[in-house]
Amino acid sequence: MSAKKNSQPRQMDRRRFLQDSARGIAGCALAGMGLGYFISDARALPAQALRPPGALAEDDFLAACIRCGLCVRDCPYNTLVLAELGRDGPATGTPFFTARDIPCEMCEDIPCVLACPTGALDPALRDIDDAKMGVAVLIDQENCLNALGLRCDVCYRVCPVIDEAITLERSHNERSGHHAIFMPTVHADKCTGCGKCEKSCVLPGEAAIKVLPARIARAEAADHYKLGWEDRNPLVDDLIDLPDRLPGPGTDNLAAPGGYLPEAMPDPGMEGGFTPSFKLPGTRP
Amino acid sequence: MSIKTRAPVGREAIATFGWWRAHRFLILRRLSQMFFLSLFLLGPWFGIWWIKGNLSGSLSFGILPLTDPFIAAQSLIAGHWPELTGLIGALIVALAYALIGGRVYCSWVCPVNPVTDGAHWLHDRLGLKKGWQPKAGTRWWVLAMVVAVSALTGTIAWEFVNPVSMLHRGLIFGMGLAWAFVVAVFVFDLFVSRRGWCGHLCPVGTFYGLLGAKSVLRVSAARRADCDDCMDCFAVCPEMHVITPALRGQAGETPIILSHDCTNCGRCIDVCAKDVFAFTHRFDATDAPARDDRSRSQPASGASRAA
Ligand code: SF4
Ligand code: SF4
Ligand code: SF4
Ligand code: SF4
Repeated sequence: MSAKKNSQPRQMDRRRFLQDSARGIAGCALAGMGLGYFISDARALPAQALRPPGALAEDDFLAACIRCGLCVRDCPYNTLVLAELGRDGPATGTPFFTARDIPCEMCEDIPCVLACPTGALDPALRDIDDAKMGVAVLIDQENCLNALGLRCDVCYRVCPVIDEAITLERSHNERSGHHAIFMPTVHADKCTGCGKCEKSCVLPGEAAIKVLPARIARAEAADHYKLGWEDRNPLVDDLIDLPDRLPGPGTDNLAAPGGYLPEAMPDPGMEGGFTPSFKLPGTRP
Repeated sequence: MSIKTRAPVGREAIATFGWWRAHRFLILRRLSQMFFLSLFLLGPWFGIWWIKGNLSGSLSFGILPLTDPFIAAQSLIAGHWPELTGLIGALIVALAYALIGGRVYCSWVCPVNPVTDGAHWLHDRLGLKKGWQPKAGTRWWVLAMVVAVSALTGTIAWEFVNPVSMLHRGLIFGMGLAWAFVVAVFVFDLFVSRRGWCGHLCPVGTFYGLLGAKSVLRVSAARRADCDDCMDCFAVCPEMHVITPALRGQAGETPIILSHDCTNCGRCIDVCAKDVFAFTHRFDATDAPARDDRSRSQPASGASRAA
């Protein structure tokens, strides 16, 4: 067999190979885009689906969780469930809980985190009080009984981190005029998002206090904001200390209340203002 | 040779060896599939928690962690380094399949296999056309696509749509609408593409095949000299192209089916009335003479096309 005879089919082979590859790439790019779109869609975690304690941030979680359900199995309170396709909001097969159904009881030994084989639930979480499953928000201040001036206090009483995560802040009841309002107030740095408050809110149907994922519940202060009453350090080292300007001639503060010269007073005999102890050249005495 | 004019597959083997001998690996395979599924169901159904979890990841008897190496690989690609437990689990599973054949997962464990086998059985009964047959390399493209999407989206991409884990997890934890994906696979195999899912698309199977590329346990066409071209093995094999090189090989070429697409399902061993096939290991160097007329008739390419 001569090389010449061979060249024709070989070219055909190459062309076919290239065609096939192009088709393969195109097909897979299409399928990949479809899959990518589906994933971005499925990534949108609904607000009331809370991840288990120690769960990584949602994006990292979806790279880590293999959807094995071991956390679900080891939760003694049946808090956690694996999301079912089309029924639950979170990505199919991933663990979550709904506070109003069964909240997290904040087990001291955190069995769900211990069970997780992948680190999707971060084993660095050793103290359940450090969990950040979400943040409770008193979301309906018109129907919360305490907000109406009654003493329900249930969300406050059930909180495992009572008096730290949630406090009752007293204020005057303007409506009755002589009562107090004990406003349930959540402190996000201490709230674990366990959802016990939401679960036990006495309102029928939806709770007035709800645990929301931090990404929804929390705003973020801009980097350069500074609470002057907490942080007393000057913004800039070596502040230029400009002389304080006193009201007086040569300044724009000519209309200082009470004037600055006896002549300017309605009654010149009146003791008004003060006499500056200095004099700018070329001004009236 | 036309499939339609031929006697039903395996009839000769049943006549020669009896029903059990002509179905043993099929039966064993179904038993194995049921066994692995029921191990996982013991907990949720009967409260016997020998095994917790599912095929994606599990813990047996409180000490033995197992992780799906394909999922672990996607997790790594997505940028997450799993905890040691998960990694060890993936390593154990990967090693096991590397020894016994990656696609043993497909034929002996995977819960979708009975579904696609069922579709194929019905396809046969209805005498449907084989339909769209993707190119041989398609499954590699699909696998590459999954890897790329995992990297780009930073997620374990295939788990969003994987009918294998959806079915398995669904049976154990609750199905939701996941059955729709399983039905889709069934319908696809039945009406769109014969043996299309497992044979051409499923990246799980492709990955496991890769894993078992050098596996020790193999099927060999050891007595290929006795083959009488009844074609039954081609008819039952889910990956029939793997048979040709071994069965039709010249003397001196190995009779061992070395393709990593072979699922080690053993059906060819079942249905061969001439007892050509047997399980062996890849280093088996027993001499296997080819059939004498091999060089003359060359039915190899024609056969695989017909089948
Ligand atoms: S801390 Fe306890 S109750 Fe809460 S999710 Fe984990 S195992 Fe369940
Ligand atoms: S145990 Fe970990 S990997 Fe398994 S489902 Fe729960 S979070 Fe995901
Ligand atoms: S979610 Fe509610 S009960 Fe739980 S820690 Fe926060 S305030 Fe307390
Ligand atoms: S190819 Fe995929 S679906 Fe088919 S048996 Fe193998 S893993 Fe299961």
